[in-house]
Order: sequence, then C-alpha cells, then structure tokens
Amino acid sequence: MKVLIPSALQSYTGAAQVEAAGDSLFELIGALDARFPGIRFRMVDEQDRLRRHMRCFVNGAQVHDLGRPLAADDEVAIIQALSGG
Amino acid sequence: MREVGLLVATRKGAWIYRSDAARQEWHADGPHFLGHIIHHLVLDPRDRRTLLAAAKTGHLGPTIFRSTDFGKSWSEALRPPAFPKAAEGQAGRTVDHTFWLTPGHSSEPGVWYAGTSPQALFRSEDGGATWEGVTGFNDNPAYVGKLGGTQDGTPDGPKLHSLLVDPRDAGHLYLGMSGGGVHESTDGGENWAPLIDGMEVVAGFDAGQWAFHDPHCVALCPSNPDRLYQQNHCGIYRIDRPSDQWRRIGRAMPAEVGDIGFPIVVHPRDDRTAWVFPMDGTDVWPRTSPGGKPAAYVTRDAGDSWQRQDTGLPPQDAWWTVYRQAMASDTCDPVGLYVGTSSGGLWTSADEGEHWSVLAEHLPPIYAVETANLD
Repeated sequence: MKVLIPSALQSYTGAAQVEAAGDSLFELIGALDARFPGIRFRMVDEQDRLRRHMRCFVNGAQVHDLGRPLAADDEVAIIQALSGG
Repeated sequence: MREVGLLVATRKGAWIYRSDAARQEWHADGPHFLGHIIHHLVLDPRDRRTLLAAAKTGHLGPTIFRSTDFGKSWSEALRPPAFPKAAEGQAGRTVDHTFWLTPGHSSEPGVWYAGTSPQALFRSEDGGATWEGVTGFNDNPAYVGKLGGTQDGTPDGPKLHSLLVDPRDAGHLYLGMSGGGVHESTDGGENWAPLIDGMEVVAGFDAGQWAFHDPHCVALCPSNPDRLYQQNHCGIYRIDRPSDQWRRIGRAMPAEVGDIGFPIVVHPRDDRTAWVFPMDGTDVWPRTSPGGKPAAYVTRDAGDSWQRQDTGLPPQDAWWTVYRQAMASDTCDPVGLYVGTSSGGLWTSADEGEHWSVLAEHLPPIYAVETANLD
C-alpha cells in the first residue's frame, strides 16, 4: 500500500511516499522499520504509543489505534501534527 | 600546534568550533542537525574522534546520533535509550529526551552513560550504538516511583545530569537529578546511595528526603577526584570525600548577587579553583543575570572567597540565562572558559575569565557547551 512519509522522516526513507505492507498499522510501521532502521522509534514510543505530535491517517481518516487492520489497497499517511510553530 | 574544539548544542542544531591554543580565531562548522533539539554534544576523549549527540525534534522521538570522524558523517544509534515495554495493564515509562552524555572510564573504551528525562540512567558498551537501562538505578525500589514524569519539576521535565566517573575507579560513579539530589555508586551502578547531607532545600520541604533536592550541576575536580563542587537550586556547595557533608561555599558570594545559578566549572589542574555564572534566584526565580549585568565568579580558595569577572561582558541591560550545561573550561594554560546563553550568544575567555569576548551571536538558544582536546 502507499504510505505517505512526512518531511521529518524522509531522511530515513529518502522519499515522500513509499510502498509497504502490513495487516495493521503496527505491522506496517514494523515493516518500515525493517527497511528504514530507526524510523519506528521516532514516531512510536517504547510503550507502543504513537508519539504525542505524530498522527496516522488511513484513507483520509485519523486513526488512534495502531492495531487497526489494514487492507492492501488502503492509503496510509503519517504526518506531523500542526502542534504550533 | 595544539587544537581546541568547542561543541555547541542548541535548541535548533549543533555547531563545532575549532581554534589553535591561542584561542583568538575560531572556525565554525555547522549547523549540524539544523532544526533538531540537541541537548548535548560530547567528544570521546579516549579516541578524540567519536562524537555523540543527544537529539530529538518537536515531533520526533529521542535518539542518539554518532560520528566516528569528528562530525564529517553521522549515523543513528541502533537502539537509543528507551525503557522496557511494560507488562500488559501496567503504565510504562517513556524517554522524552536524552539530556546528558558522559564517556566512561579510560579503562572501558566504548562505554558511555546517558541521563534522560524522565530521570533515568542508561549505559552503552559499544560507543553509543546500543543502550541499556541501568537497572540498579532505574528499577531500584528505593528510586523507582520517585523519579518523576516528563512534566514534573523543571519546566522541560526533570533531568538526570552530571554523570561523573571517578578517574581512579571505573565503578565509582556520581549523578545528579534536578528532582532530586546527588547519588553515588561504588559498584558500577548496581547499587546507589544518596549524598545529600548539608544540602539545603526550598523552605517548607524536608531536606532529609532526596527527592526534594535540586542540584543544578555537579563537577568533579580532575586534579583531586575526592573534591566535588555543586551549583544547586539552593546555593553553591563543595564536598571533600570521604566526608559525606556538603558545605555551602556560596555564602561567601556577594549578597546582592546571591549564589544561585545553573552551571559550575572546575579548573583542570587546581582543585581550589571553580567558576559559576550566577542567575537571579529571587521571588519567581527569574534565572537571568542579576541586575541585567552578566558575570562569572571565580573562587581560587575552594570557596572561601569569590571574585567577579565581567570585563568584556555587557555592562548592563543583558538579561542572560545560562543553562547548566552551557559553561565549560578547556585544559589549556591559562584555562579557557566558554559560556553560551539562551539568547544565542557564545562568549569565550582565554585567560581564566579575566577578559571575555563574543565568539558568536544570534545562535539558537544554547543548551550545552563542551570543549574537546583535538591534538
């Protein structure tokens, strides 16, 4: 599936959009980390929570549960929250 | 010719300055990590090539960047400091940022220590590539539960700082916590004990409880590792081990200046000499240069007396804040001093504080200044 990568994480991926697979957001982020080591911990903390100023959208809808199942044709956007500044 | 490095960590990136021993002309290299919050940038004195930078951004989680060629290239730690995943149903801790980095003992190449916020201690044995929590501290029943969360204490969270390694004994460690106290281990971090006797606390609190103490910075004298100086929320102190009593040497400071501040710096060869950079500690704790007149103060007699050093610094209307990591000394003779301000000014003295000049203005808020011997 298509995964939109925010500018702050493109130093890992080298691209604004990558293709990746996973049955859930957790798995998808894990797959990204396998290809781009270190990217997961920058957006998900050691307790498996999405960091405070990071957001995930699936098909345009914000998702808070990283266990949410994904389908192969879903579009995932990882973005930096507009948290001020 | 001997070369001196100056490692400057800021709210928006890092800079590396180099000079010869005269320390009159500096060459800047930076920014590194523009836009990243760099809390500490430290050179490994054991190889004089390896740099570690404690980094995060406003959005991204904390990490450690490593360079083995003095900043020409960088890679990221494979496993940055992080707490273990908590058991199901239990609240787990998360590292907000790594605040302090200390290279380990000369006999232990590759060993580093890191202090974080929330307050916790981490150790690396591979030059900062992977990090593990020091369980003797982080999971110690006497400590866990009293170490605070990310929003307790200091405005940016409580800090574990001033990680000190006794140059005579790799297993003899000290650390400071902004909330709180100074603590000592004699077995490489497996066990810890508070070292707070004689330290004062804010009125209304119990000085017998370590969690109420707020050391801002602790420094160990390289020429006499039994002597430590401390700049505390409640004054300037000295201790001479094996005594366990801190003595408030800041009482000899001028009353109108007071003895509150963040950093304290010691002389590399003279254990009677130390410098502070006082901050206003009245009412709401402004933490700016008292009266808007920045100055270092030096003691040459282990704290019995203090002399003001402000030649070359702005004489008035300069409301500086100097954070605990933002003052450093080098090992040249005479000793060089370096001060970074939260308003982005970088000041140097090549004569032990007698004369100051500005090296850089308009940097981002300076969090930390470290020196490095590059020869």
